[in-house]
Amino acid sequence: MTDAKDQRRPAGELEAAVMAALWAAGAPLTPAQVQAELASGLARTTVTTILSRLHEKGTVERERQGRGYAYRPLQDPHGLTALRMHSELDRGDDRESVLARFVAQLSPDDEEVLRRLLQEGQ
Amino acid sequence: MTFSFLPVLLVPLLAPCVAPLLARRVLDRCPPVAALWTLTVSALLLAAGTVATLGTLTLTGMLHVPAFAAVGELVHPLRTPSAWLVLPLAVLAAGLLTLATLALGRSVVRQTAGLRTARSQAGRCPAAGDLCVVESARPDAYALPGRPHRIVVTTAMLRSLDAREREALFAHERAHNAGGHHYFLAAAELAAHCHPALRPVRDAIRLAAERAADEAAARRVGDRRLTARAIARAALATHTADTRRSAVTPAATTGPVPRRVAALLSPTHRPLRTGSWIAALLAVCAVLSVTTAATSAVEVHQDIEVAQGEARG
Repeated sequence: MTDAKDQRRPAGELEAAVMAALWAAGAPLTPAQVQAELASGLARTTVTTILSRLHEKGTVERERQGRGYAYRPLQDPHGLTALRMHSELDRGDDRESVLARFVAQLSPDDEEVLRRLLQEGQ
Repeated sequence: MTFSFLPVLLVPLLAPCVAPLLARRVLDRCPPVAALWTLTVSALLLAAGTVATLGTLTLTGMLHVPAFAAVGELVHPLRTPSAWLVLPLAVLAAGLLTLATLALGRSVVRQTAGLRTARSQAGRCPAAGDLCVVESARPDAYALPGRPHRIVVTTAMLRSLDAREREALFAHERAHNAGGHHYFLAAAELAAHCHPALRPVRDAIRLAAERAADEAAARRVGDRRLTARAIARAALATHTADTRRSAVTPAATTGPVPRRVAALLSPTHRPLRTGSWIAALLAVCAVLSVTTAATSAVEVHQDIEVAQGEARG
């Protein structure tokens, strides 16, 4: 993805990408680390701006690291509630019909076919 | 009404039975968005034809019963084939209609509850842009329609993909929201409850919606292979995390996920011309079914007016 392409992306999509990187890392990240992790040609200043905006909104927390900050997502204080609701959503296969899920359940055969396709696709 | 009435009523009831066969071919041969529209509109028409026919049969039977005939202000008996034939059919039709209504009502309640839970859950999570992250050890992701549209992704899903694969996942879910795919899925659900033969068509509509979102995501990230890899890795991660489900899943057929991955990995081919023919055939079946049902309903309505003494037969 080129820098020019990223400049055109809505701010919301960039925020989502940065937030996802923070969650995926599982440890506090500096703007430079986020930039490297995204590997999308985003300017460091853009990443820093997005991170401070997320911090102002209260979705991430930060701690001093060297001359700058390292950021991590604010853990959900209601983590347990979320988990319970999640399992509630899982009940019954009806859920699939209104919420378009990314992937459906796999059969054992599917698993084999997928692994083969992944190998071929490399 | 004549004796030709009953065989004609079979058309809307039997037409949905050819739909699954055609639906699979439409899905294979048409571009996903075209397939999504054709399948959904056809399924709705076929469902409407079924419901109208069952309703007509029920009404005809009811008017044979003196009590109902009095309510309907019939002064002459309704001219129908013998009551021995019409009454059992009417009872059967009424039973099927009741069952369909109950199943549909149950589904609406469950889906609404599911959506409400998902929305309140999304409302509580910290949002970044349109992304809502749920802390969970189970990889999962879905598009949540509403205002504003959201994409809900679990932490486990985010951790099973790399940054570019995550972009493909987000693009896929955003395509669902932008394309209003939940309306198609709801229509498919509605149709599936009206006629059992439309259940495979519902699955075809679901797959068409996924394929449409996959293609949109592949265009957005500019890499079909990357999109295919994201889907495959997400599916395998979900599968590994949830062995309980795999035990009950039948292993006989290739499921939707490998088909989506294979479609993305295969070189883009021009849509086959046979695809448009099969799509047209399905549409013709659907229109024929709904027209027949409507004609019969109009015919019965005229007969009722005659029986009410308002019109001449």
